[in-house]
Amino acid sequence: MPEQLAFTIEVFLNGLMAGVLYALVALGFVLIYKASGIFNYAQGVMALFAALTLVGIIDGQVPFYHLINAIFGTDIHYFGWKVNSLVAIVVTMLVMIALAWMVQRFVFRHLVGQEPIILFMATIGLAYFLEGVGDLMWGSEIKTLDVGLPQGINATIDEATFNLTGYGFFIDNLDIIASIVAAVLVIVLVLFAQYTKQGRAMRAVADDHQAALSVGVSLNFIWILVWSLAGFVALVAGIMWGTKSGVQFSLSLIALKALPVLMLGGFTSIPGAIVGGLIIGVGEKLFEFLIGAPFLGGATENWFAYMLALVFLVFRPQGLFGEKIIERV
Amino acid sequence: MLDQTESYTTEDGRTIGPVVMEMKNITLRFGGVEAIKDISFDIREGEIRAIIGPNGAGKSSMLNVISGFYVPQEGEVWYKGSRRPPMKPYQVAEQGIARTFQNIALFEGMSVLDNVMTGRLTHMKTGMFWQSIWKGKAEREEIENREVAERIIDFLEIQAIRKTPVARLPYGLKKRVELARALAAEPTILLLDEPMAGMNVEEKEDMSRFILDVNDEFGTTIALIEHDMGVVMDLSDRVVVMDYGKKIGDGTPAEVRNNQDVIDAYLGVAHD
Repeated sequence: MPEQLAFTIEVFLNGLMAGVLYALVALGFVLIYKASGIFNYAQGVMALFAALTLVGIIDGQVPFYHLINAIFGTDIHYFGWKVNSLVAIVVTMLVMIALAWMVQRFVFRHLVGQEPIILFMATIGLAYFLEGVGDLMWGSEIKTLDVGLPQGINATIDEATFNLTGYGFFIDNLDIIASIVAAVLVIVLVLFAQYTKQGRAMRAVADDHQAALSVGVSLNFIWILVWSLAGFVALVAGIMWGTKSGVQFSLSLIALKALPVLMLGGFTSIPGAIVGGLIIGVGEKLFEFLIGAPFLGGATENWFAYMLALVFLVFRPQGLFGEKIIERV
Repeated sequence: MLDQTESYTTEDGRTIGPVVMEMKNITLRFGGVEAIKDISFDIREGEIRAIIGPNGAGKSSMLNVISGFYVPQEGEVWYKGSRRPPMKPYQVAEQGIARTFQNIALFEGMSVLDNVMTGRLTHMKTGMFWQSIWKGKAEREEIENREVAERIIDFLEIQAIRKTPVARLPYGLKKRVELARALAAEPTILLLDEPMAGMNVEEKEDMSRFILDVNDEFGTTIALIEHDMGVVMDLSDRVVVMDYGKKIGDGTPAEVRNNQDVIDAYLGVAHD
């Protein structure tokens, strides 16, 4: 096999893996949008916040230490213990559930029945608020997150492909784990929404608040549930991205990459988020490798996704899997 | 006058039980507008109770008070012998009061079966943990409730559209699906807000038949709002007549028909 072809295949596979990570973030958007009709701009920041909290708990960092030190003139930073990652993940999930409760109690409960654009604005506010609180709580320095996921080149694949093609593929172990996790997450979420009592109530609330109330669904409970699920997805995305590229505030910018993913996949489709993520991941890697780097001076990864989304907006505004927009006249 | 706790038998042999719900001096205001003025009436077990009146008389407001969507400023709601505190609509639903809406409120994105299954939500008690595992208790519960849902789908003759997304159905069928969802809750009281609005004669006849069958087979107490006088007089055991938020008549269809106030306010200018 010619080296060039093998290399292209490797780029393709790595694109798939990167796409999975985009899809993880996009999934959080779709989930909230489907269940409450809110486009949650804060999803990316929630992933960041979850990752920050996780690192903080694992390292035994004192929350709000900047603030405490500034007010009391003390010099504390760490409790001096390390927390087991599994325990830390559970605690972080509890924090995300508490956050979901607060978001519902202090923001969205007061906005029931408002226009979608108002709700959208509220999530923008929430995004900046969370970013600020995250900074205040855990500090803004870049941290490494290690929950014990394997990282680095997968030796088995490297060897197998070397024997087969004479060229060893570089596939990151973490990317493989991320793909498996994403697949499991999607299956579990789809089954939950489709077949459980709570999932059914969730879909009911998304369709019609009044009717949901009339069959005995508590809106408050469902909204807390939805935001908790979004927090859970954010946590998973935060773990994956944090492990890959360190926990830093630019993490919240990956949320922007989720937008073209959603335009491709459609805002209302969970499989769409996955396929959209994969297309963007593969598309930008291959475009960079085959066209961008040799002919356009490189760095096309920064804009390729948005370009693709624009093309989709022109020809298929509802995305690949979105609900068709049919207006009866 | 019949006592609150007494039962009686109608001409067609149905037994009407004691009072199950009583509205006492209900007053409902929206700002300066009094939608309901000091209205009292009761609903007996097993009867079909109609609320009629011209447009804007406050009928739908009354139904919304019963189902908890509106909380009246004054007055008391008595249910099953005790006073009901102000409640959220979902809590009212849990107490066994189901309703339909004047302008259909179905879950458009879900199939007919799923819509009917949402009607069973108040009967499904397993928590999120078991539901997520979907085995054992949760599975048994799902099967039991699915059976009830299927029975009601059979009963209302909508088997053929079980898997169809509701958004694709014509108006008349949507109304029937909404009735199915309300029935699936196996309610003590079923509230129907204009179940025949916008239907043609044939559809109205079908719906009337279903309402009578529901009452007959399940013994469900039904309170309904309806515009079509002919239908109301045929269906109901007792009728409350409202006009401008006030009660101007209450009794059997025959009594109401001969009530001069009612004739002046409503029947005299009826278009039927």
